[in-house]
Amino acid sequence: MSETLLEIKNLAVEYHTDSAIIYAVNNINLTVKKGETIGLVGETGAGKTTIARSILRILPIPPAKVISGEILFEDTDVLKVSEAQMRKIRGNKIAMIFQDPMTALNPIETVGFQIAETIKIHNKISRVESHKRACDMLEMVGIPMERFSDYPHQFSGGMKQRVVIAMALACNPELLLADEPTTALDVTIQAQVLEMMQSLKEKLGTSMILITHDLGVVADICDSVAVVYAGEIVERGTIEHIFDHASHPYTVGLFGSLPALESTERRLSPIKGLMPDPTYLPKGCRFYERCPDASDNCVRFAAQEPAQAPGELAAAPEEIAIAPEEIEIAPGHFVKCFKYSKKTAEAAREGE
Amino acid sequence: MAPLLEIRNLKKYFKTGGGMLHAVDGINVTLSEGKTLGVVGESGCGKSTLGRTILHLLDATDGQILFEGKDITNPSKKELHKLRENMQIIFQDPFSSLNPRMSVSAAIMEPLMLKGGLSKSDMLEETRLLMDTVGIARRFENAYPHELDGGRRQRIGIARALSLKPKFIVCDEPVSALDVSIQAQIINLMLDLQEERGLAYMFVTHDLSVVKYISDDIMVMYLGQMVEKAPADELFRNTLHPYTKALLSAIPIPSIHNKTKRILLTGEITSPVNPKPGCRFVARCPYASEECHELQTLEEAEPGHFVSCCKYKEINNNI
Repeated sequence: MSETLLEIKNLAVEYHTDSAIIYAVNNINLTVKKGETIGLVGETGAGKTTIARSILRILPIPPAKVISGEILFEDTDVLKVSEAQMRKIRGNKIAMIFQDPMTALNPIETVGFQIAETIKIHNKISRVESHKRACDMLEMVGIPMERFSDYPHQFSGGMKQRVVIAMALACNPELLLADEPTTALDVTIQAQVLEMMQSLKEKLGTSMILITHDLGVVADICDSVAVVYAGEIVERGTIEHIFDHASHPYTVGLFGSLPALESTERRLSPIKGLMPDPTYLPKGCRFYERCPDASDNCVRFAAQEPAQAPGELAAAPEEIAIAPEEIEIAPGHFVKCFKYSKKTAEAAREGE
Repeated sequence: MAPLLEIRNLKKYFKTGGGMLHAVDGINVTLSEGKTLGVVGESGCGKSTLGRTILHLLDATDGQILFEGKDITNPSKKELHKLRENMQIIFQDPFSSLNPRMSVSAAIMEPLMLKGGLSKSDMLEETRLLMDTVGIARRFENAYPHELDGGRRQRIGIARALSLKPKFIVCDEPVSALDVSIQAQIINLMLDLQEERGLAYMFVTHDLSVVKYISDDIMVMYLGQMVEKAPADELFRNTLHPYTKALLSAIPIPSIHNKTKRILLTGEITSPVNPKPGCRFVARCPYASEECHELQTLEEAEPGHFVSCCKYKEINNNI
């Protein structure tokens, strides 16, 4: 497809608290192409929001700490640029829609002012001009511009989310990060907002990372999907790869947990157990404990030389459980699971 | 046989600064033993108020509630105490519905203590059995709610509701605060319990795919009124009311094939304060006309399938 807009390489983020270290994001890789909408799917605490916040550099530091990795946005590493430069990117080239429209808006400023403020900060234009642009933005998201001077509490939830979207799109960003944009809304309002986001995206050509736990929403508006589990991307690919050829047992389990409208079965097939505690992540494959396909093949060890203090005798090499690597099982379809190996993937591709 | 629960023309109004808020406005329901009635609607449609009014957590403004054929609309304090053994509720938010200073066993034991008549050791034994029933390991007996995840907390809520062996449970959005993989575990647990104990559920939710899965009958509410009620499969196969149609088409389906065209509603839910006598959906309805501003009656379109729309025949013949 077209060129890459954002590339995340080996990103790892930890939260250091007094009592423990929380491994929130563990060496993830992700690429977003121009104009593409990618869905980041996973359960609460999987690390989805931390990924989005790292891109915008709005992680609370401390306790958060970026351990390693690069986030290349238009070939600049946003993790390395100065704060002044970052401020030019944030809200201008990369914008974010937050989950809860009730708390994302300033209650003591009019909605029009809040949109105009964003425009004015990033463009050298007059107050009148920014005012006019803000009116246009309101109209674009389906709010009459007469409501420019209304305060957030005068709007309903769905309308507030439209205002937040208008604010995010005000500077015509290249990349939009939408963190559960419709979770707080009713279904009929959700349908309106999704429809609007879809048409705006097509009109403006914005790329989008959509964070959600709702696979139905993903099916509606995403081009590709990354499934996040315990701080790792366990599977990523196009929407066809994930919905028609789900390969990681966790992805398969997620689909099994959903009550399907057309199914007649009387029992759901949930994933057993719980998400691992991110302070004590299991060594090796993180999904092993809950995996219905787990076998002896999934526990693998590699010898590792232990750290050697100067002056001491070298200890025997330790056996360390290793985690599965990301394997490309079809072009653009990556899975982190021991079920797949480079050999079988290549054989399958040759067979195709 | 008399149905387990019968509600006739139940109304619950709240007085507000702007006038009377019609939260529940003339609802009729019957529910038999071992069955599930799904109540769906958007936020503010009165579905939670309905559940709470039935349980007398709120006093009804008008109407009748019959439980096992007996009128319980205005019970005495003593009767109410007895009634609550048979009618229980599972709340939506397992984070705020548990007392943070009560351990798991104390929380589950509380209803037994209030009922009285059991020795301390019997109660503890009963509590442990309940924990096994809902699938909380006994090692959590002395844990406090903040140490547990949402799924386990909701299991405590279920254990509390079950402790007095009720016949009827109002489930007020019991799974909407949970992640999908945990949600499926809790739904399966609730279905198992229903089979074992012949429980009747009133399942209040906004999640239509969950409700279809768990319910025998589904009632759709809009601004305090019932707009359509039918057996679950019938409602999805033969949807009659324009609001139900829009609601069903708005569900995002987790499949990338056979996408149907959405019916997009314009506008948002109107205010339930001092509503006009006609159809309450009229402002958003694509088929609205003059006659919709008159009082709507509930019609039985098919056996067991009720709809409150004067134009349903016309609308459904045209498609």
